[in-house]
Amino acid sequence: MAPALEVTDVSKHFKLYQEKYTSLKERVIHGMRAPYDEFWALRDINMEVSQGETVGLLGHNGSGKSTLLKCVNGILQPTKGKIVSRGQIAALLELGAGFHGELSGRDNIYMNAALLGLNRKDIDRRFEEIVAFAELEQFIDTQVKFYSSGMAARLGFAVAINVDPEILLVDEVLAVGDESFQRKCLDKMKQFQKEGRTIILVTHSPDTVRQFCSKAYVLNHGVVIAEGNPGECVRAFRESLHAAHEQLPEPESSDPVDLENGEIASEVTGALQPGTVSSGVAEAVGDTDSSQPTNSAQVVEVAEEVASELPDPPPDPSAKSKTSVNGDIKIKKVVVEYPQCETRPYLLPGEPLSVRVEFTARRAVSDAFFGITMYSGDGEIIFGSGTDVLEVEVGTLEGDGEAVFAFESIPLLDGWYSITLEIRGTDTGTVYDWKEEVEHFEVMNPGKQVGSVAIPLTIKIEGVR
Amino acid sequence: MSFQSEIDASIPPLDEPVAGFAAVGDPATDRPRSRPSQRVNVVTANNRVWPRVARMWRERDLLAQMVGREMKVRYKNSVLGFAWSMLNPTLQLVVYVLVFQGIMGNGIPDFAIFLLCGLVVWNFFTSAVAGATGAIVGNGDLIKKVSFSREILAVAAIGSSSIFFLIQSGILIAALVLFGFSPQWHYLPLLVPAIIALALFTAALAIFLSAANVYLRDTQHLLEVVLMAWFWATPIVYSYNGFVVPKLPVKVDKNGHLISTSFLVKYHLTWLPMKEIYLANPITPIVLTFQRALWGNKRAKASSGSASKIHAVAGAWQLPLFGPMWYFDLLLGVIGISTILLFAAIKVFGRLEGNFAEEF
Repeated sequence: MAPALEVTDVSKHFKLYQEKYTSLKERVIHGMRAPYDEFWALRDINMEVSQGETVGLLGHNGSGKSTLLKCVNGILQPTKGKIVSRGQIAALLELGAGFHGELSGRDNIYMNAALLGLNRKDIDRRFEEIVAFAELEQFIDTQVKFYSSGMAARLGFAVAINVDPEILLVDEVLAVGDESFQRKCLDKMKQFQKEGRTIILVTHSPDTVRQFCSKAYVLNHGVVIAEGNPGECVRAFRESLHAAHEQLPEPESSDPVDLENGEIASEVTGALQPGTVSSGVAEAVGDTDSSQPTNSAQVVEVAEEVASELPDPPPDPSAKSKTSVNGDIKIKKVVVEYPQCETRPYLLPGEPLSVRVEFTARRAVSDAFFGITMYSGDGEIIFGSGTDVLEVEVGTLEGDGEAVFAFESIPLLDGWYSITLEIRGTDTGTVYDWKEEVEHFEVMNPGKQVGSVAIPLTIKIEGVR
Repeated sequence: MSFQSEIDASIPPLDEPVAGFAAVGDPATDRPRSRPSQRVNVVTANNRVWPRVARMWRERDLLAQMVGREMKVRYKNSVLGFAWSMLNPTLQLVVYVLVFQGIMGNGIPDFAIFLLCGLVVWNFFTSAVAGATGAIVGNGDLIKKVSFSREILAVAAIGSSSIFFLIQSGILIAALVLFGFSPQWHYLPLLVPAIIALALFTAALAIFLSAANVYLRDTQHLLEVVLMAWFWATPIVYSYNGFVVPKLPVKVDKNGHLISTSFLVKYHLTWLPMKEIYLANPITPIVLTFQRALWGNKRAKASSGSASKIHAVAGAWQLPLFGPMWYFDLLLGVIGISTILLFAAIKVFGRLEGNFAEEF
């Protein structure tokens, strides 16, 4: 069967004008050309969606996912490339677009359905169904200008969903309406899936993609950076968010991650994951660490300066940063290792993890203890422990040494977790060394569970005939 | 190590949907998929005319909805409804009759009918073109959010104007019957090519201007000025043979001198092909055809025989004294040129349409 949607080498180019001349008069005065900046919203996008597939488009704001959806829908024309779709398309991009306040709900249903490509006979046939779905039986002959925004959205959704599309384009519209209506929309989409219709869903929400989609694409600055398995894509999406957050220079062009073969194009990895576990990069981090402080160390120092300048620092968990780093013991290098898998830069839930810390003590220290804390992406503490908690004998340290934190299993579902390490004296006052968020690890959930903890579960149902 | 086995080792797979979604898709309410349509949509920067026309045709129901919406919105809240739409043309008619016949005495018999023949054509043309010019800009919200054949917005403006055209034609026919006019039978079939020519030319201009106005938003205002000049360049309030031809330097006496009071002589512009220039206005042949076929002669009544005959001759003299073929050739020319213009307009529209959604 021919694919429901084929996107071939699609690029979309926008001109960003500082000031646009939109009248003949202005054009005559200013000359014919206005200065503008070039902006490629999409670059060489290729997609193929089979019939009956539900595909998620992930990407941060401005990544081009909505532009792509508008191109697929035909609202925008791609500058280059070709989009072929087979079957009736309905788009839930903007609910109730084209509603006219002066007209009744009834007239607007006809108008809106016609806009979505339905003919009059079809609308007549589905009219009752649309009204019932929108729950607007008693207001259907009221002018739409008297509707609440929720009512209008409901009517818009009801029309769009009832045009019986073979391809449904959804752009974050589930955010409107009350909870029961949202639930209804989700149910309807599930039903569409069961009926073998094609759904393309644009969203910020990884959970939606994980639950709904059989396949996903991740867009970053108009380029597809990952495609395939939803879990993998959620991870790539998270990484692109982190990369954007750290304001790294974006790669000029990056090859998409080929998840089918489990390989990741090296440029992407390098650009998106600074100081990641892949050995080459980790070495580079280690090298810079010995000669000059790492980025995170600089952050710590800045934080300390700021903290000391503030007259009354707020009492927060990082208040200990006020105490200056003693420096008798120095953390030279931190390496996160995934013992069960060397090639993947992320863990699957339940896999082991080990953190290797190389340190050097410039004098003999006998009261040191090692602590490790894991933070979630939101900055919440997931886990914290140390030699003191586990009552591990540290002994006297002098010269170079290595501490290995071996986690038997990481029962986390999905996320980007940072690691903070500290070497302190038992007399709580001295901090020999303290590296906040010095390293991170990632867990990718290939399944459809939601949440953050991987709790093993089997379900048994009794009393079934 | 395979991907799947790793998953299995770590966590039990959840093949069934999570509890929250388990109740979904009750088979009782499942609607069987209607017609797996073979409809193929292609979106590219490459726009050709025929696919665009085909899409317009596919979405003709939308066109009907849009015309209906326009009518409903415009007249929803007025008690007299459509009657209001006739107020403006009625007043226009009364004023022109008073000024040109009452005050200036132009001597055109049954001047009100003569005027109406021209005004029916002109009002359709001007309201369709002006309406279409603002149609895309006025529906920016729709353009940004919904995908449909955008030409339909321009064509819908023509659609609403044709409803008024029909109403005004009805009034004209009623007046013709009331005042005892009989159509000129051998000119009457010319109304068919005349209406085709009018529709094609209006569509070409409407589609082109609707797109142009998106990029040059003052097109709308410029158009008003042009339409005003255009109105006076068309024989609507004056007659072609009665007022235009005498100004054309066409007659030469036996000494080779021009017999004409034309300003063209005075300003040494006799070399200009004035007649051709005047008739190059595509609306002129259409208006002339309407006048010739409908107003052309009044039926001689048996009771007041000879007087009416003279009357009828006086009327026909105001129009080009040629047979139907002269009119037909002109109309054919307009149809030909309009068809080419319409193709060009759709082509230009397709070019410009790609960026419409970015202009609002």
